[in-house]
Amino acid sequence: MKLDVLYFAWLRERIGLGQECVETNAETVSDLVKELRAREDRYDLAFSDLASVRVAVDQELTSFDAPLSDAREVAFFPPMTGG
Amino acid sequence: MASLPKLRVQTEEFDAGGELNLFTQSQFGMGAVVSFSGIVRDVTGGLQSLEIEHYPGMTERAIESILVEAVSRWDLGDALVIHRYGSIPVGAPIMMVATAAPHRSDAFQAAEFLMDYLKSRAPFWKKEVTRQGADWVAAQDHDEDALKRW
Repeated sequence: MKLDVLYFAWLRERIGLGQECVETNAETVSDLVKELRAREDRYDLAFSDLASVRVAVDQELTSFDAPLSDAREVAFFPPMTGG
Repeated sequence: MASLPKLRVQTEEFDAGGELNLFTQSQFGMGAVVSFSGIVRDVTGGLQSLEIEHYPGMTERAIESILVEAVSRWDLGDALVIHRYGSIPVGAPIMMVATAAPHRSDAFQAAEFLMDYLKSRAPFWKKEVTRQGADWVAAQDHDEDALKRW
């Protein structure tokens, strides 16, 4: 399947792009993270501390064990600092 | 809700006093209006501005669901959320919330609830820009802890 993967804040800076289309068979967010980390050092570094990464699937905050079936958009970002 | 809650995500500066007057004047039968404005503050003496990034689409959805939650918990007549993104200089407004309710307790509590949730559940990220460079603001544990009281 094809997924739009988005990165925000320091994840975007470390990976060097804000959005990309990823062809993947990952079943969960964790599987997708494993695939991305195996690609290149910059991805590996960006995802090295998952305790400081949050994930949204189709714009809803979720967990790393969330399934990706029917997902169209996955976003990774640090804990939010609004307000 | 007597009227639809109002939500604006924008780069433009806004006049918090003017917005509050408009919000107050548009209410009918509300006995209480509470508002909060957040302003860029220079804590260390070297801050020039804040750069705020957000996730277009999810930002609006997340804030709308926080507003829906607030309406289900308190007797609210109306609510307003304005949140800026982009570059914001020291002293300028970042965001504001306003709530209108028949009674003050609902208006106060709903405004605090909205602020607590906007801090850590709306997809905004702040970067502090100083003469030495720029650094992302880390989320605070106490901001996450603040959600537990609701």
